[in-house]
Parts: sequence; C-alpha cells; structure tokens
Amino acid sequence: MKVSITVNGKDYENDVEPRTLLVYYIRETLGLTGTNIGCDTSSCGACTLHLNGEAVKSCTILAVQADGATVTTIEGLAKDGVMHPMQTAFMENHGLQCGYCTPGMVMAAIGLLNENPKPTEDEVRMGLEGNLCRCTGYHNIVKSILAAASAT
Amino acid sequence: MHWLPQHRQVDTRSRERDIKGRIMTITENMPTKIIGTRLLRREDPPLLTGEAKFTNDLNIPGALHLAVLRSPYAHARIVSINTAAALAIPGVVAVYAGKDLQSTWAGPMPCAWPVTPEMKNPPHFPLAIDKVCYVGDGVAAVLATNETASRDALDAIDVEYEPLKAVVDLEEALSDKTIIHEGLGTNKSYIWNLKVEATEGCVDAAFAAAKYKVKERYVQQRLLPMAMETRAVAAVPQPFGGDITLYSSTQVPHILKVMTALTLGIPEHQMRVVAPSVGGGFGSKLNVYAEELLCTALARKHNTPVRWVEERSENSQATIHGRGQIQTIELAADDSGKITAVRVRIIADMGAYLQLVTPGVPILGAFLYAGVYDIPQAYDFSCTGVFTTLTPTDAYRGAGRPEATYAIERAIEALAHSMKIDSFELRKRNFIKKEQFPYTAFSGLTYDSGDHLLAAEKAAKIADYAGIRAQQEKQNVPGATKRLGIGMTSYFEMCGLAPSRVLASLNYSAGGWEAATVRILPTNKVQVVTGTSPHGQGHETSWAMIAAEKLGISPDDIDVLHSDTAIAPLGLDTYGSRSLPVGGVAVALACDKVIDKAKRIAAHQLECAAEDLEFANGTFSVKGSPDRALPLAAIAFAAFTAHNLPDGVEPNLEAQVSYDPPNFSWPFGTHMCVVEVDTETGAVKVLKYVAVDDCGVQINPLIVEGQVHGGVIQGLAQALFEEAVYDSDGNLKTTTLAEYLVPAASDVPPITTDFTVTPSPTNQLGVKGIGEAGTIGAAPTVINAIVDALAGLGVTNMAMPASPQTVWNTINNATRGGKK
Repeated sequence: MKVSITVNGKDYENDVEPRTLLVYYIRETLGLTGTNIGCDTSSCGACTLHLNGEAVKSCTILAVQADGATVTTIEGLAKDGVMHPMQTAFMENHGLQCGYCTPGMVMAAIGLLNENPKPTEDEVRMGLEGNLCRCTGYHNIVKSILAAASAT
Repeated sequence: MHWLPQHRQVDTRSRERDIKGRIMTITENMPTKIIGTRLLRREDPPLLTGEAKFTNDLNIPGALHLAVLRSPYAHARIVSINTAAALAIPGVVAVYAGKDLQSTWAGPMPCAWPVTPEMKNPPHFPLAIDKVCYVGDGVAAVLATNETASRDALDAIDVEYEPLKAVVDLEEALSDKTIIHEGLGTNKSYIWNLKVEATEGCVDAAFAAAKYKVKERYVQQRLLPMAMETRAVAAVPQPFGGDITLYSSTQVPHILKVMTALTLGIPEHQMRVVAPSVGGGFGSKLNVYAEELLCTALARKHNTPVRWVEERSENSQATIHGRGQIQTIELAADDSGKITAVRVRIIADMGAYLQLVTPGVPILGAFLYAGVYDIPQAYDFSCTGVFTTLTPTDAYRGAGRPEATYAIERAIEALAHSMKIDSFELRKRNFIKKEQFPYTAFSGLTYDSGDHLLAAEKAAKIADYAGIRAQQEKQNVPGATKRLGIGMTSYFEMCGLAPSRVLASLNYSAGGWEAATVRILPTNKVQVVTGTSPHGQGHETSWAMIAAEKLGISPDDIDVLHSDTAIAPLGLDTYGSRSLPVGGVAVALACDKVIDKAKRIAAHQLECAAEDLEFANGTFSVKGSPDRALPLAAIAFAAFTAHNLPDGVEPNLEAQVSYDPPNFSWPFGTHMCVVEVDTETGAVKVLKYVAVDDCGVQINPLIVEGQVHGGVIQGLAQALFEEAVYDSDGNLKTTTLAEYLVPAASDVPPITTDFTVTPSPTNQLGVKGIGEAGTIGAAPTVINAIVDALAGLGVTNMAMPASPQTVWNTINNATRGGKK
C-alpha cells in the first residue's frame, strides 16, 4: 500500500506491506535508526516518537495508519547543529547511560511537557510510566525533565 | 569546587571547539584539575540525537537474516525435524538442524570457569543435537533474505518431540530422580568448598560454645537481566580476504574473539570483533552465545553476511538469567554479639548448561559471607551447583556478591533479633575497624581500605535513623495498619576483577589484567586505546579525564578508542566493576610511560639530564630554571619528525601497558531505607532511600552517582518486583515486559546519594569500582526495612520479591500463627 508521511520535515511516499508497523517503516524503509525497539508488547516505550505532535509508541501503529501524518523522530529534534533543550537537559543532568531507551524517553518527555509544562516530580514519574530504563534508576531522567521544565 | 568560576585556572586552548551548542561551553574553559570534576559525558550527543549505531542499526547490504527455532519443551528428545515446508517459503535460503551443523564446531560452547577439576560440564552446542534441555534451547536455524520470511519459516518447521520430565525445583534436581544429562549420571555439576579454620574443628567448636546462634534460609529468585537493547549480532565475511568481522551487542569483544575463534576453528588473527553502541549489559552480555557462533559459522558457510536480532520474549528465554540460589547461613556469636563463626550452604541453579562463567558466579560471593565484619578464621562455605531444565544462569549485576551480602545482612538482623538489641548496634560491635586496614581477612584476601563506621554513621544521619526509631514507637502501635520500618546494609564489594594469580587459584581460565595504549599524535592530540568495552558507563569521558590530568592537556584533545579488536587488540573487557580500577589505572600507567619517553627527548633537546626535568601542566622544565622549558606539543612533533632524537629512542610518542592489579578493589558503604507497609493490602511504600558509598577517589562524581542510582533500583527491583516465574513444566511465565516487572519511574523512589572517600592504596589513582555497589546494597536494605516494619507482628523473614500478595500472606501467617 502507498503511504505519504512527512518525517522530520521531509515528505516521503513509499509502498509498504499492510502489516508494517510504523517503527519498522521509520527504521528500515527510511533508515532512521535512532528510534529503537526494546520489546514486543508495547511496554518499554523505546520507540516513542511524535505523530502529529503527540508522543506515541510507534510499535502500536501501522505505517498505513500514519498515512498523511507528520512525524518527528529523535533525529528531527536538533536544529542547526544545536540540540533541543530536552536533549541538553538530559546531557547536563546525566539522564542517560547506555542511551538505548533515551530517544524514546526524550520524545516522551517533550510530549509530557507539552501537556503539562510545569509538572511536579510525581507527575513526571507518572507521566513516564510507559517508558522503561534499566540503567539510570530514573533519578536523573526525572531531574532532567524537571530542569527542562524550569528552564522554559 | 572547580566548577565555580572563581576556582578555575583557565586554559583557553579548546575555546574553538564549540560544536554542540551551548552545552560545550561548560568544557570551554578547562580547569587544570580534571579528576573529580562533573564533566559532562562526551558519549551523550550521539546517543541523544539518534546518531549512535547499535548493532541492529548497522546497514549491511545483502545480509541474510537468521532466525532460531526454540524448544517449546523444557526437557524432550528430538525425534525428527522436517524442514521441507519452511524451505519452500519465498526468501528462505537454508534451514539447519543441530545435526546438520555438528561438523562445523571445533568444540562445544565454552565455559571458562571449571571451578573444580571434577566439575561436570555437559557438551553444549549452538543448536541442540538430539535432546532439548530448556524452553528456548535452539533446535533449528533459518536463513532468509528478509527478517519476516525467516520468522515465518520457524512456524513451518515440523519437529517431533518426545517430552521428558522437567526438572524445575533445585532440591528435586539434587535428588537425581530425573537426570537431565544422562552422560553425566547426575544433576550435580560440582561441590565447591571454602573451609578456613585457625585450628581444626574450630567452626564446630564455635557453634558449640556460642551464646547466640541463628540459622536462616533465603531464596535468591531467578532474575531476567533485561538490558533495554536485546542481543543483536551481524557477521560479515570477506570471502577473498579470508577475514571475518563479528558485530555483537556484547560486553566482551575480546573474550568473544578468542572463544569464537576456538569454537569455530578460525585462526584468531582472521577474526575481528566489534561491539558498536551497546544498550546495557548488566552481565547478560558477558558471554559467548549460540547466535554469535551461528551467525559467524553460517556467514562463512554462505560467504555472505548473516545477521540476527533477538525479540524481547526470546531474550527472556535465550539470554542468561541471574541469581537462582537457595542459601542457608548460620552465625555463631558470643555473649557480646561478636560473631565467632560463619557456616554457609548454597544450592546454586546452573540451569540446563554451563555458559561462560555460570559455575563461578556463586564462588565470587564465597568470600563475602562474613560481610564487613571482623571474624576469626572460622568459616565454612560449601556450594553445590546443580542442573535444572531452565535457561542457564550466569553473571547478573553483582554476580554472587549481592547474594552473599543479602545473606549476611539478613542474618545479622536475625542475630540482633535473637539478642533483642538494635541491629545497627550489633553491626558496630562487629565492624572491621578503620585502623585494622589493610585487613587480612579469614580467607587470606586483603581488604585494601575502609571505614565502615564512618559510612554507616553518615547514612544514619542522612536517613535520620534515631528519628525514625522514635517515630516507630509512636506509629507502630498494636492495631496500626501503616507500619514504619527502617533497614540497613553495610557492604563490601569485592571487585576490580582481578589479580590474575588469584583468578588462577580459583580455576578461572583467563587473567584479570587490562591493556591501554596512549598515543600522542604529531599535533599533540591524543588517542587513548583501552581494552575495556563500555556500554553505558562513560569510559570515553572518564578515561579522557585521566589522560588529560596526566598529560596536562584538555580532555577535548583526547579521543578514546575501544570495543573493536582491530583498533584495541588487547583487552579483557567490562564486567565485575573492573573497568576503572584495572582499565582506568592502565590508562594512567600508559600516560606515565609516554611521559617518560617524552622526557628523554625533552632532556636531549634542552641539553640536560632527564632527572633534572619536571613535568607539569603539559610542559617539561628544568628544575630551578623554569624558563628552560619545552611543551609536550613540541616533543610530540619532534618525536614525529625524528630529526633530533637521542640515541636509542624510537620515533613517535606511544606507550602500551598491560596492567595486572595486585589486589581486588574493595568499595564499601552503608545503605538505609525507610518504608511504610500497609498491613491491609501488603503494599510497600519506600519513603526514603539513602546510599552512602565509598569507591575511593572519584574520577567523575556525576558518573559515580549515576552508577549508584541505577544499581540501587536494580537491587530494589529484586526486593520488590522482579522474578522469573516458571510453572512445574518448566515454562517461563514472565517472558515479556508486560509480565516481568522491570520497574517504571512511578514505581521507584528518588535516591539520596552521598559518599565517603577512602582512597585505595593499591593503585596510583586511589580508585575502586562502583558499577555493582548499588545492586549489592539495595535488596537486603529494602527487605530489612520491611521486616523491621512488621517486627511487632511477629514477621521475621520476607521472601523476594516482596509483592503485596507475598507481604500480605506473610503478615497473615505470622499473626495467625502468633509470635514465633
């Protein structure tokens, strides 16, 4: 099936198998491998990206369902060689170690602040429920997001 | 302190390197003291922007996709395998059963730790030959031109099995009623003893004479490591060049290279292993796996690249598990509570086969069942390794040491309970004292440095131990349903693996050294080549900091190369909190060596004796005549042109070091946890977690704190959430992240970290490891807090994970059964 999707500001038109998940389309058809896969049950959130401005797990959506949509992946955040404030906040607060959950975590965090620009610590923790990290114990991820929230 | 502008001595050499926007301005003005600063990680920008490549991100044109058919039975004979239908699927190139590949293997899969000469080790091949021994055991391999076809083909392979009885329970396995590997005649792999007695029979005598005795049984449940990146492999052959490159999501590219070469009969010099970005390991990628061998073998067979990526549910079954021990610990104590003898019996679950270091994991803990306490030579440890029809176990964060620490730190609570004294007070009576370091332990091992009382009192102050105790008096009254508890653990982490001679005495097949090369390029930029293989620990940043401090240049002028055996040919990789105390120290020593050489060239050019030169801030100067000086940059260029070198000095500035540490490193600390337990629901709420750790000198406190945070939550997760649950037929019931409870941010508390700094005297940096400390401290701390909260109800023990159901049942059993 044919899909037209705008990804990181570029328009793409591709033929995809109907069973192709959006995450495989992004990774394999477009070669944007920053979006990671960490599970097969939509539990880990590593594949979180923005679909029409909203943070979604791209393993829960078929590529054909994203036809006509605008997608931002982790590769689309930095502008003119400068990282997005959320990426900077993660770096400044050591919010990542191995970095595998990080793209999904950053996309989820931006989504979280879009909905709730000044969250409490508890609200950040609840808002991250769908994203798993095995390295950081979340402490510095939460700190990163609170720092990003207070910087804006 | 050096981050405060007024404390900085400014070096502006790196000002032009403002490539990542405003964040890099933090390193723009370089403080002359680098070690101990919170330098931001250079690893982060590629990981934060999607630029980093993990193994499955690599673009490998023409690669065939491997998929592995896995046994649905825990124990069964393979009667027949029919692959015809699978082969007919478009895109499928080949299907292999275990028998088809038997001649491919030069030997079975490696176990590098035969803990005793008599240890029984069943032959283990990448695909099972005639029987399967756990759910997930590989049965057939499919190669296809695309991943989807390879997985579709798995469903089309017809295997006839003759099911046999699963062996799930450890004590049942020991009975040998059902023998898993018939050729061995028993399910027992080994019995390993460590009996240390000052005089023969003194352990028994101590127990006979003891005023107080406790005997406790603890179960270390099986855990799934669950690195967020599952394993992935790609083998790329050069059919005409003869070489093969194996990309793998591994912690151990160097070990993997040797073992793959041996197992496949490939000349080692034709084998290259690369670990690209690796998404966490926690010990689970410290191994040599069937899929690494299959990809390599099949890539050679088909003269084409072969790749494989593990699904999460596959990862739960085909990647090693952690823990899996039943522990019995006995303590004897005199009337003051001084521990006089320790007796330990372990049954350790090997799983179906011995993987790379499976049998050695409980042995790593064998030396730590006396914890941080001053005990005489009266120690009796025995471990029995036993096979079951479950996924093989192996190293998981802490590997043997969390288990040991759990046992002694739970048992000392039981001892305090029997003496009716506060467990903190009992610990104080038994701590090895600061002035006793370096301390020769009962085992003959030397604990390098420590101050347990200092760390414990610091933790008690931060956690408000006295205040919580007072609050408990008011809150935990009869009938109270929200009960307050405080728990503690004082630990030693025996890490920095390891002096090679000690490893030899433990029958480990490899050494414990680490290699480093420091190469100063003609323009005074530096390459540090390390044999460690980071996967989240930030070695690129920390090693650059060490070299920057040593060489007196900016860390921005230093590149750190690793994890590719063609670039870093020597190394023993990353595990056992070894990277800094072994690999980082090797970097410092290589810097010393390169400075020594540069000094000879500088002396020649300044026409003085090398002994008359001093080196500081990147410059050689004649002692007492600071105007006679040459910067390292000038020497680097002089070594490159080689126009004017002293006789006998080779061109170029490069030094290589292989460093074998003289001792383990012994980080220590005290953790405390405050919980509130709801007796009506069994829910445990962690109100506060305090970790006071001492890893000696810290290279980068930012990274140290991060290691503690993650480690603590992994240990807390064992205490509260995680368990690999099997049914009686040996089926894993927790194969996905929907069933296996890796905690989310909302499930866990923030961590209060603090430190004491007791430098290690055994290395020039004064450093100790920190990767596993958090995990070692956390599980007993949390369980001690829960048991403490429920002490008034007669609860004396709590199984892990302390789920609401387990807590509720335990309370109910205790209160119905009355006080024990």
